[in-house]
Amino acid sequence: MLIGATQRWPFKKKEKVAMNVSLFITCFNDTLFPQAGRATVELLERLGQTVDFPEEQTCCGQMHYNTGYQREALPLIRRFVQIFRGAEIVVAPSASCVGMVRDAYPRAAAEAGDEKLAAEVAALVPRVYELTEFLVQRLGLEDVGAYFPHRVTYHPTCHSLRVLHVGDAPLRLLRAVRGIDLVELPAAEECCGFGGTFALKNADTSMAMLSDKLRNILDTRAEVCAASDNSCLMHIGGALHRQRAGVRTLHIAEILASTEGRSFV
Amino acid sequence: MSVIIPPPQRRKPLPTFQASAKEALADTQLRRNLYKATHTIRAKRAQVVGEMPDWQELREAGRALKERVLRHLDTYLLQLEEAVQRAGGQVHWARDAQEANAIVTQIVTEHEAREVIKVKSLTTDEIHLNQALATHGISAVETDLAELIIQLAGESSSHILVPAIHKNRSEIRELFLRTLEVDNLTDNPRELANAARLHLRRKFLSTPVAISGANFAVAETGTVCVVESEGNGRMCVTLPRVLISVMGIEKVIPAWQDLEVFLQLLPRSSTGERMNPYTSLWTGVREGDGPQEFHLVLLDNGRTRVLADTVGRQTLNCIRCSACLNICPVYERVGGHAYNSVYPGPIGAILTPQLLGVENASSLPYASSLCGACYEVCPVKINIPEVLLYLRGRVVDYKQHHNALLNRVNPESVAMKLMARTFASRQLYEQAQKMAQLGQLPFRHGGVIDTLPGPLGRWTAMRDLSPVPRQSFRDWWRARQTTREGMNEATHQPSAETGKEGQL
Amino acid sequence: MSAASTAREEMLRRIRAALSDVPTGEQPEEVVVARDYRHSEAVNHEEVVERFAERVAEYKVDVQRVEEAALAQAVAATCASHSVRRLVIPVDIPEFWLLPDVEPLRDENTLTYEQLDTSDGVLTGCALGIAQTGTIILDGGRHQGRRVITLLPDYHLCVVYEDQIVNLVPEAIARLDDAVHHYRRPVTFISGPSATSDIELNRVEGVHGPRTLNVLVVRRASRSHP
Repeated sequence: MLIGATQRWPFKKKEKVAMNVSLFITCFNDTLFPQAGRATVELLERLGQTVDFPEEQTCCGQMHYNTGYQREALPLIRRFVQIFRGAEIVVAPSASCVGMVRDAYPRAAAEAGDEKLAAEVAALVPRVYELTEFLVQRLGLEDVGAYFPHRVTYHPTCHSLRVLHVGDAPLRLLRAVRGIDLVELPAAEECCGFGGTFALKNADTSMAMLSDKLRNILDTRAEVCAASDNSCLMHIGGALHRQRAGVRTLHIAEILASTEGRSFV
Repeated sequence: MSVIIPPPQRRKPLPTFQASAKEALADTQLRRNLYKATHTIRAKRAQVVGEMPDWQELREAGRALKERVLRHLDTYLLQLEEAVQRAGGQVHWARDAQEANAIVTQIVTEHEAREVIKVKSLTTDEIHLNQALATHGISAVETDLAELIIQLAGESSSHILVPAIHKNRSEIRELFLRTLEVDNLTDNPRELANAARLHLRRKFLSTPVAISGANFAVAETGTVCVVESEGNGRMCVTLPRVLISVMGIEKVIPAWQDLEVFLQLLPRSSTGERMNPYTSLWTGVREGDGPQEFHLVLLDNGRTRVLADTVGRQTLNCIRCSACLNICPVYERVGGHAYNSVYPGPIGAILTPQLLGVENASSLPYASSLCGACYEVCPVKINIPEVLLYLRGRVVDYKQHHNALLNRVNPESVAMKLMARTFASRQLYEQAQKMAQLGQLPFRHGGVIDTLPGPLGRWTAMRDLSPVPRQSFRDWWRARQTTREGMNEATHQPSAETGKEGQL
Repeated sequence: MSAASTAREEMLRRIRAALSDVPTGEQPEEVVVARDYRHSEAVNHEEVVERFAERVAEYKVDVQRVEEAALAQAVAATCASHSVRRLVIPVDIPEFWLLPDVEPLRDENTLTYEQLDTSDGVLTGCALGIAQTGTIILDGGRHQGRRVITLLPDYHLCVVYEDQIVNLVPEAIARLDDAVHHYRRPVTFISGPSATSDIELNRVEGVHGPRTLNVLVVRRASRSHP
């Protein structure tokens, strides 16, 4: 039972909502997991959205900000706000990066004593969505026409649970996928131990936390472990692979984008 | 301001969390004990909090009351002092640990006592009161079962609520056989508790001076409150002639009515009960009932420094329930000793660096994956992740300014500055992506990155890393744009590459 | 200036300096405290009494409900079943609570710690009961005596009248206002017998306080003295 898993949003009627979506790919998806980005684009276009990609984007500054380099993060924050200022909607396949924008950007602007930035952040924040939030809350969808005949378990990342409060939106999307064998992850809401630079600075503790997460994933006998954050999946998947566990990790976008003709596995 | 509020004392920095955690993680008995304890208490807490439809409203009231008190702390402390004095008690002010210890020692010495009985009090641990009394030939007998265990074992507490959480029953049995006057003893918890009871009853009935802490002190009425389970608190605050309570200045609450909030928040958050067995509330001195002399020692010891910090100030909301410890995935695995401070767990990670100075506890703000579970359970809504991030900034600041030369060659600092510059420019960023695509080659084996240089090696020591794809997302996007511009949109094909790259 | 007043003055100075962000002239009451938690519930009193009895019993306390006319009988029977003969009582315990078989040790703040420690048990009334948490509250008032008498004996028999039971914690705190504010009486909340969870988190009953707690919930006869 996920914390906060309540029916959060009133359901819109099935009228087609078509928006101009600016994709916020995130630096590590761009560089290490372009598949998740491709899947996001294909999925949104299939759902009738128009997607553009502001090429000036690089990084939201989360790594710097969370490691204590808030001063170095500030120019990156300004840059991000500038780049996405004119967007109708911003969607990212990353709960942690959206969390950074929603949670930390207002604080960073206040810490810098920059009222202009604070106002721009305030104007931007309501338009920034994590992918599953966007699908369920803005588009009012649960069934996105996906087909993925595999046994899947879902890990709700800490940012999606406790910062964004996406609730059970990702699970509702997954349940509607045709052919899927969705199995609940035991102790799902426990942290996987990634925590950004925590995985390096406190590598032993990080691994100790991961070892329990892995055990729970393996107990489900799932073929695929999915999540809304490739950062956590990198950590989980990296260990699964090292152990030759025979379980792979996929971003939820890749599952939702899969159809009969096009699989991301 | 810095002239009025003294900076942290120069001291030897604490051992790093990383080093202590590594040791703790390898202790299988500790891991087992911690797992059992934290999971048991989590379930209990969830159960009794789940019963409360107004839990969130209580949390908000708790937070707001603390905000009110802290913003007007001088007013409330003066009101408390007056009320306690009016009721026949005495109030002492202690700027730091040494001063507090001197005050307590003086009172004990005046009564010619060589032994005192104590109720568990983190505050007295913080100031090392027992050691200070010992140097004057006064022995302080701990009367909480767990504190007794710790004292007999010569160790230090590892949890603010269940200090002996790191010991199991057979370890305790062995300890009692060694140190108490008992001949045989099983490891049955009831028998162990009974052995402790008999040992301590003698002390309760004969010791003239007791020392306690205080969970709350009501400014309006001068009432002091001690919340407990075993009854040793009641013994200590009722039987002796003289009672001394040492209290951090942040423990004051405005009015008697406000207890209706805190006495609901505390038991459910700490022991996961609707109400703890015993709560004692007394006001000054009462003829014919209880101690005839009462001393309240108000302790600063760095709290005014925390108070002065508008971000850190919320740390003083803490009512020492330990809910954050019990829910924390880090604490669950490393235990309290890894934090090397009186206050462990998430609250310790933010309180200790503020009390001691970030330069003396610089690894503690990083002892967290920022999962946020602590904030969710904190009954007084301390935004622990927010304070952790803030303290990380102070640690980096400190390193940059006080250790500027050393910092220039610190690999993390160098890397962070470099990456910040890279991210600030699209061209540099795209160049860095290309470099990563090339640079990975020596580290790539069998289609995966399994070694990395330097500090990054900590990743590959225990995990593989998916290789950097030849085509980044933006490469793909641009190729697609180009294709689309050259073709009719309806006939565009998805990329030929399937799932060979990406997540492992 | 003595060292003591120096410390006091300096701490107050530090606090004021620390609070330089608080506007001068801001009153404490201006910091808004929303008290949106429950202060009462729409529930009839019989349910409240039942809930009290249930929740006290959950702490492994023996709870009996009796009519006032049968109180002395119940006291005697309960004492007998626990082999309690020498029973400590506050001086103002009503005579009609006791049958002759019990040997009362009346405490006019006269009993020594040894006498209390070696007695068989203690009988008191209480100030209040809280149903929500299964709590008995003593405030040193009528029928309760001083604190030590419910602390040293190993057995405590507590009489709780139904009309002394409130539902929620805020109701109890409100009712204690007078006792604390004006009379400065010491208050003790008792929720079950003494317990510890210090050994592997196994809750073990009975460390220092009375290891056995019995409660009689009494329905007042109409037209009797409360």
